[in-house]
Amino acid sequence: MLYAIFCYQDENITGSWTREQDDAVLGKLAVVQQKLSKEGRLGPVARLLPTTTATTLRKDHDPPLVLDGPFAETKEQLLGFYIVNCGSLDEALDIARDLGRANPYGSYEIRPIATFHDGKVSSG
Amino acid sequence: MGKCPVADLTWIDVALTAARPRAVAALLRFFRNLDAAEEAFQEACLRALKTWPEKGPPRDPAAWLIFVGRNTGRDVARRQRKQQPLPAEESISNLEDAEASLAERLDDQHYRYDILRLLFICCHPDLPATQQIALALRIVSGLSVQQIARAFLVNETTLEQRITRAKRTIAEAHVPFEAPGPEERAARLTAVAAMVYLVFNEGYSASDATATARAPLCEEAIRLARLLLRLFPGEPEMMGLTALLVLQHARSAARFDAEGAIVLLEDQDRSTWNGELIAEGLALIDKAMRHRQPGPYQVQAAIAALHARAARAQDTDWAEIELLYATLEQMRPSPVITLNRAVAVSKTRGAQAALEMIEPLAPRLFGYFHFHGLKGALLMQLGRAEEAREAFTQAIALANTTAEAAHIRMHLDRLARDR
Repeated sequence: MLYAIFCYQDENITGSWTREQDDAVLGKLAVVQQKLSKEGRLGPVARLLPTTTATTLRKDHDPPLVLDGPFAETKEQLLGFYIVNCGSLDEALDIARDLGRANPYGSYEIRPIATFHDGKVSSG
Repeated sequence: MGKCPVADLTWIDVALTAARPRAVAALLRFFRNLDAAEEAFQEACLRALKTWPEKGPPRDPAAWLIFVGRNTGRDVARRQRKQQPLPAEESISNLEDAEASLAERLDDQHYRYDILRLLFICCHPDLPATQQIALALRIVSGLSVQQIARAFLVNETTLEQRITRAKRTIAEAHVPFEAPGPEERAARLTAVAAMVYLVFNEGYSASDATATARAPLCEEAIRLARLLLRLFPGEPEMMGLTALLVLQHARSAARFDAEGAIVLLEDQDRSTWNGELIAEGLALIDKAMRHRQPGPYQVQAAIAALHARAARAQDTDWAEIELLYATLEQMRPSPVITLNRAVAVSKTRGAQAALEMIEPLAPRLFGYFHFHGLKGALLMQLGRAEEAREAFTQAIALANTTAEAAHIRMHLDRLARDR
């Protein structure tokens, strides 16, 4: 079984870390990741940019509504995600609209990725 | 709630710093007095240092600090009441309203007008710029008087007096406590954005002597800009400001060499630029542009973005940069912006065209270091060594930092060698 692990933390806190504190946390995480990676059990790892860079597409409107900021409703749950390569936010929004036509309910949050490590993992 | 996850107390320090703007802002609404709000926050922090290591961190540190601050602060208020007449009826009933809403868990949105008010108070138009910056760093960011005094090269008593004077000015200014209407909100955001930019520039323009003491100013400004943008996510100029600050800060490691000498943008080692901050800035400017409401911060951020996008100095899109400076000139006519446009012109149309552009600026920029620095550089490119020497000599006399002076000295030395 493949599992996804999502990271939550108060941005006011992570944003108050000094460069050294940030590096220290990443260093400790890297140790755990390297072990998993050697065992062939680590898939993609991504660090997202702050929520200030996020845009939300509300699909339950026609045409879908583009809102600044992260997804903030608590009545809907996180059900999946895509990682797409785009030249601009507009391109990413176009892709999200295409996906939205196939499934016109709920919302997509579009958030740029800060760092991305492709992993190799096999389900089984 | 378990034990504190980090053995040392740095976690608590970070949590207190992170919660500070929200907590002080909410306590200010409650006490309507900066000193009382600060005192209550201090008191709550002391309690946190005692309780959190044992009981573990609360789920929402800011809400905890506000709650405890109000209760401890109330003892202070009670004591003051014995010496002072009772507060006005309306402020008493307002205290009760505030209490009812505080029990539940709070998120950032609950604090948005509190934080905007706190920041707006710090940049009140009655305050000179230096007092605005000192007050914001002390009250909102929580930097110590010692840290701020070091950054401004004044002694602590002087700085303490500056802050006291600033607090007196704003107490007399009576900033209204109601949630602002759309116009007032826009005016406050503009003033606050300017103050955040001022804080950043104080850090960014640090000389080698003050660089270490002023380094936190850039980070504080970025923290405030991101916080404001989270509270007001649909404001393109706040996106522009945040983008501008992170893009400029991304280059900070490359701006000085090991000896503290200035490294010009075109000579910087671009591999030392911070890629994550650049990605954040580019994403924000991209997001802002969709609104089609250009403003000065967005245009400046767009210029910074063009520099950030160039893998090598010679890849810089100077034609586009010149256009953007021309746009900025129309938005905010200023000889300094024209001077910056002239730098772009020197790259696209040559030194002669740039020189003709800046010569009319001489009467207004006569006391400005960068004017004579650029004039000297352009004259040097044109082979007019004697005039270049004159311009550089004037620049040196106007240098703001020893690093600036050293940079001009280097040009003068080269001119002397080539003679």
